[in-house]
Formats: sequence, C-alpha cells, structure tokens
Amino acid sequence: MLKYIFKRLVYILIALYIIVTATFFLIQLAPGSPFASERDFPPQIEAQLNAKYGLDNPWYVQYKDYLIDTVTFDFGESMKYKGRSTNDIIAESFPISLTLGIEAMLISVGLGILLGVIAALYHNRFPDYLSSTIAVLGISVPSFILAGLMQYFLAFKLDLFPVSGWKGFSYSILPATAIAITHAGFIAKLTRSSMLEQSSSDYVKMARAKGLGKWTTVFKHTLRNALLPVVTYLGPLTAGVVTGSFIIEQIFAIPGLGKHFVTSITNRDYTVIMGTTVFYSIILLFAVLIVDILYSVIDPRIKLKGAKK
Amino acid sequence: MKKKNFLLLTLLLALSVVLAACNFGGEEEDKSASKEKDGEGSKEINLVIASEPPSLHPGLATDSTSGVILQNVFEGLTTRKDGEIQNAAAEDVKISDDQLTYTFTLRDSKWSNGDAVTASDFEYAWKWALNPANASEYASILYPIKGAQAYNLGEGSEEDLGIKVVDEKTLEVTLENPTPYFLELTAFKTYFPIHKATAEANDTWYAEAGETYVTNGPFKLTDWQHGGSVTLEKSENYWDAKNVALNKVNISMVESETTTVTMFDAGEIDFLGAPFGTVALDAIDRYNEEGILNIEPYSAIYWYKFNTTGEFTSNVNIRKALTLAVDRQGLIENITKGEQTPALGMVPNAVEGFEDATGYFEDNDIEGAKAALEAGMKELGISDPSEIEIGISINTSEAHSAIAQHIQESWVKNLGINVTIDNSEWQVFLDKLTALDFDTARMGWIADYNDAYSFLEQFDSAENGNNDTGWENAEYASLLQQSAKETDPAKRIELLKQAEKIAMTEFPVAPIYYYTNLSVKKDYVENMAPDQLGNVYLKYVDIKK
Repeated sequence: MLKYIFKRLVYILIALYIIVTATFFLIQLAPGSPFASERDFPPQIEAQLNAKYGLDNPWYVQYKDYLIDTVTFDFGESMKYKGRSTNDIIAESFPISLTLGIEAMLISVGLGILLGVIAALYHNRFPDYLSSTIAVLGISVPSFILAGLMQYFLAFKLDLFPVSGWKGFSYSILPATAIAITHAGFIAKLTRSSMLEQSSSDYVKMARAKGLGKWTTVFKHTLRNALLPVVTYLGPLTAGVVTGSFIIEQIFAIPGLGKHFVTSITNRDYTVIMGTTVFYSIILLFAVLIVDILYSVIDPRIKLKGAKK
Repeated sequence: MKKKNFLLLTLLLALSVVLAACNFGGEEEDKSASKEKDGEGSKEINLVIASEPPSLHPGLATDSTSGVILQNVFEGLTTRKDGEIQNAAAEDVKISDDQLTYTFTLRDSKWSNGDAVTASDFEYAWKWALNPANASEYASILYPIKGAQAYNLGEGSEEDLGIKVVDEKTLEVTLENPTPYFLELTAFKTYFPIHKATAEANDTWYAEAGETYVTNGPFKLTDWQHGGSVTLEKSENYWDAKNVALNKVNISMVESETTTVTMFDAGEIDFLGAPFGTVALDAIDRYNEEGILNIEPYSAIYWYKFNTTGEFTSNVNIRKALTLAVDRQGLIENITKGEQTPALGMVPNAVEGFEDATGYFEDNDIEGAKAALEAGMKELGISDPSEIEIGISINTSEAHSAIAQHIQESWVKNLGINVTIDNSEWQVFLDKLTALDFDTARMGWIADYNDAYSFLEQFDSAENGNNDTGWENAEYASLLQQSAKETDPAKRIELLKQAEKIAMTEFPVAPIYYYTNLSVKKDYVENMAPDQLGNVYLKYVDIKK
C-alpha cells in the first residue's frame, strides 16, 4: 500500500511539473500585459513595472524563478490587486469555495443516490420515470439558468433567501443547490444503472429469499456494491466543486476562488494565474489519488497495483 | 472491518460539516445590532460595486471602482459639489497673476487617527506617485506640476519639483504652464494626501482595512472583505462631520448585472448606477416606464478610431464617408437606449464652454457620405465601392457587438462597401490598437477632469500612447500648445475649438455618442446622483425613511 502511494506521489510530481511548464509557456504566448489599460502610461513607467515584477528578464530566468516560486509555494504579489499576495488571495477565497463545495457535494451525493435508488427499486414504474426525468433535467439545464431562476423566484418573488452575498448559512443554500443539481442528476443515473445490475445478481436474490426486507437489502447489500461508480465520480467532482464555480460565484456574488481562476486570465495577472493553477492541479491530483485508495477500502476485491499483500 | 470504514467515512463527513459551518462565522452580520439601527432615523445605505477594488492607494489606483471608494474616504485640496469645484482640505487658494503659482492654505482638519492633516502629507503623496520607483500608472495626471514629468520619467530630480511646503498649513505649487483646470485636478484621486507616518512605517498599509488605513475624508474604511464587501463608516474626525448625514455605507461586490438589478428590485440595495453598479441594458426600459430612471450628462465619448495608416482608412474622404454614414439617433433609440446625445464633435456638451456646441457635421448625412465616398474612391483609383473592405474591431461584449452591427448595417446599406466585424478579448484588443492592426476600432474616453483638453490632448502626436490612430497634424498640435499657455479662459476655449475643428475635418475618429449616466434610487435616498465625471460623493447623501 505504502509503495503504491509513493509511486502515485511520484506520478503526481511529474504531472505537476508538466502542468506548471505548460501554463508558463501558454502565458508567455498569450498577447497582452497585466498592466495594459485603455489609458496609456509612459514607457518608462512600464519598464519600472516590468522590472518590479521581474517581467523584463529573459524567459528562462522567469521560468527558473517561477519554478522556485512553485516549489516554495510563494507566488508573489498580484499584479492587478496591488499589495496583495497570491497566497493571501487563495487563503482567503479558498475556504469560501470549499464550504460551498462541500455543501454542494452533500446535496448532490444525497439527492443523487436517493433518486437513483428510488428509480432502480421501482424500475419501469412511475417513480422511476419521475426520478429519471428529474435527473435528465438536472443534467441538461445549465447551472447558470437554474441559478437565475432560483434567484428570481425563490429569493426575489418569494423572499425565502437573500439574493446574493456571503454572510451566513442562508446565503449558501441557493448557490450550493445550483451547483449540486447537475451532479446529482449524474449520480442518480450512475446509481440507478449499477443498482439495476446488482439487483439481478445472485446474492441479492439470496438475501431476499432469506426474507430480508426490500430496503434492508438495499442498504445492507446492493447499495454498497452499486456505489463504486459513484465513488469514481467523486474524485473529479470534489476537485471541481471545492475550487469554486466561476458562473455561480459571479451570479451570487460569492468571494470564492473560482472567480480568480477566470478573471486572473483575462487580467493577465500572471502571479495569480500561476498560483491558482498550481493549487487547483494539486487538489485535483490528490482527489484522484484519494479516490483510488478509497476503492480498496470500499471494495476489498480491488487490489492496488504495486501493493503487496 | 467494514463497519469501521463506514464509521471513518461518517466521521469525515461530520468533520467537513463542522468545517463548513465554521467558515460562515467570520462574516456573519451582527443581526441584533443591525435590526436596532433599522428603526427610526437609520442612516445606513446599501450599495454595490462591480468588482474588488484593485487598489485603495490613491497613488496606485487607476480604475473607477477604486476611485469611488477613495473619493469618499479621502479628500483632496478641493472637491466637487453639484459639479462645481469647492475648497475641501484647503481653506483658501491664492493663484498668482501668471497662473503659475498656487498657494494653498490648509484648514484645520484631522486624519482618522486624530493627527492633523499637514502640507507635508500632500507633498509626500504627490512625490510618492511621481517617484519612478513606485511605478504609478496614473502619475501623468500630476505632470502639470513643474518638473513632474522629467522626475517621473527619470530625467529630473526630486528637488526640482514645483511642490513646496512653506509651513505646516501652507503648500505652494508651481506649475509648468497655466493650467486653468488645476483645481479640478486637485480633486482627483492621485492628488489626495497620504498619512506620511503610517505609509512610511508600513509598505502595504493600503492592502487591508483597519488601523493602518488612515484617511482624511468624510468616511473611514472599517471593513474590507476581499472580493466580498467594503464597509465605510462616518469619520468623527472629519472637519465637516456635522454635514455628513450617513453613518454607515455597506458596499457589496456584485459582478453580475442581472443580480444587481434583482437586488435593487428586492430592496437589498438603495441605489444602482455607475459607479455603484450599472443599470443593465434590459432593465432600462422597465425603470423608464416606472419613472424612476435618472439620466445625467456624462463627460465621456464613445468613438470609432480609424487607423490612418490603413489601406482604405488612410484616405481622409473615406474616413469622412464612414463618419457621416452612421445613424446615431437610431442607434441611441434602438440599442443603447440611455438618451445619449449623438456625438458630432469630440468634446461632450457636459464640458464647460462646450454646452452649446452643435457639432461639425450632420448625423446620418447619407448624401454627404456618398459624395465623400466618390471623392475617396477617385483618389484611391477604385471604381466600385464593393472593392472597399473595412474591418470593425471591438472587444468582446454584447453591447459593443450590437453597436458594431448597427454601424456595419449603416455602412453596407448606404455606402455599398464590405464591412466585417472582428471581436477579440480585451487584452488582445489593446495589443491590436497599439500595433495599429485594425481599420476602425471602438473606444471610449472618460474625462478625468472636466476640460476639453482631456479629450483633445491624446491626438497631439502619433506617438501619444492614447492616440492609437497614427494621425497627427502640426497645426492641431500647435493650437493645443498655445491653449496650454493661454491664461484667458475664453481665448483658450476658442483655441481648443479650433483644434477640434481641424480634427473634425480629417477624422482620425468617428464620434458616435456622448455618454449619459443612468441610475435608479429608492425614494428615501436624497441628493444622490453622479456628476459630469461620474463621481458620487456620499458626503452629501441622506436617507429619509
């Protein structure tokens, strides 16, 4: 097991290096500058700015500096937000995205599995059609449309929730739901199909024959095995939701990290682009690793490659 | 074994919920406190801004979002009220006869930490912005001060600057040229003072709210949740505190225009309109019908710049034809909808001395455009207008794209030429502009100080970084230079008008419209409207519930 984890860590490092390098060269290729604006300023000042942020160095020096920054995890001052370090920006906005993401994940996993189980148990009957319809709608309606609709009807017309902002739990319900619905639909479909597969297997028939109730069988036997595909999906889902959704954060005015991913690129805020990319990659790579480890916990049949037993 | 694993998972989940719950704590409002205040006589106002202010350092700020916060927490030597310049931190201003020396006498006013505001605080702030090492992007606004340009560009020294502290309460400023709008400039953010002691003690004093953020304006910055909200509170130490009605200003950062409109409708904010958010295009009609839409003139112009080195746009008659053949009135009625004025010159009517300017050509003058096109084609040796291809460059945005399509339609229909629209991302667009890699490109210009010079100066030479057209004209440049030396205001405006006329016969730009500022407010908000420069001073605002 340890050997396996070690091996995976090495892979992660290699993957990180490739991501970091690719990002660097893409940024170098992109036209524009972090200081460009409608209003021009003298070239002397621009030279000063470039010198201040080390942008006047040849690319290999910048590349070296940047690799050192990455290793030491100090990305320097944002070029757009004066006096603010990239690390501060991530440290302040990530917990917010994380909170929202965890809430969204709980909703999507809970709702998704529930819908999936109902659909599978009442296969080809009304509850199945209903929950499948909900799932398909959830997958196909884009989150920003759902967000807009919820904001208009639930927050403005019915006044149940605040329209936007991030000042307490009630502020997080609408955005978390908006993020969760798409994923919930997907998880419902996954659960349904793998539940159906399991339901026709011998051990389930055996359990039912023993006289176990329908729901007891589901919880004690079927669901555990049926959840494997869902767990696979959890890895990328975690990385996706905890690092924030740009559109949802924009609509609900949430000061999360997702916004920085996108706006730092349009701002050509090099240090923040680098910082957020590296941070996001690390989370994504580790989420996948953790999911792989979880497999063996949930299903002992799966042996991790490289693990000796 | 299995049970344990599930227990572990459950624990993990529980932990994450706790973790999640913790994160709201920091920003939770003190509900009981705010409820009490909501009663009689609450003087709290809720506003939005579109983004996190990039910098709340007067010397580093370049954008209007930072500007609107700075204007309300700092105060310059002068300020604006109802569009007029008034003394603020200065009690008295003496201007020498040659208009080159300004002597400011400071009133007894205090910083938010209780220290007295002194002339050296102004000296410190101005010199800080001009110091090339600090790389202030807006330092050029201080160039009217003697020696400022040379020092900022690394060619002069700090000692030669025309900024002199006579005593604690007296500041003497020597200018390069008589600058009739200098008192407008001293109300601008780059001219605000900085509390020297705190700034020297802490390099990043401006990055967070709190004790290090020392201000001299009507409000102080009490809270700054980055990316989330800014809170201003009335400053007791402000010299004119008795005339400040508001106690507290809550400003949220909301980027989505649709969301801000919903917030206004739901009563979460009390005012909506630049610089505090913008009234979304699709809400304009509705607010207009409700009769709450407030339209104010704005010293700003939307224009199409021509690349005067381009294949077809190098010809003055072609540029003239394109300028004349735009249906501005139709554009304003059907697309921009904000009762903007068709721009038939380069200086908006909101600028002093240009109130009655009628422009230099007729809007939608198809006959004139066709004649100019004929002449232009003859000069270029073209027989068929369809041989002419003009590209319109815009930066990606729904509004710019709708305007470009309207103009494209006008040109294709009336002139029979080929017109394509090319949109690119903002940064790429700016690169194209600088490199003159376009035929015609949309641009806006908003005045920093309400003077015609602000609009005309950028075309004084092809090298000017804001020119972006490759156009220059010796006579135009010399008229601008004369205007800078002229001390008689009427003569000066006459010179500027002559310069404008030259530009409007050679058409480096096709003016499209002069902006207006749209806003809506709740009934109980009083005295809140943007001035010609789009500034809103919260000092004068009152809430009567």
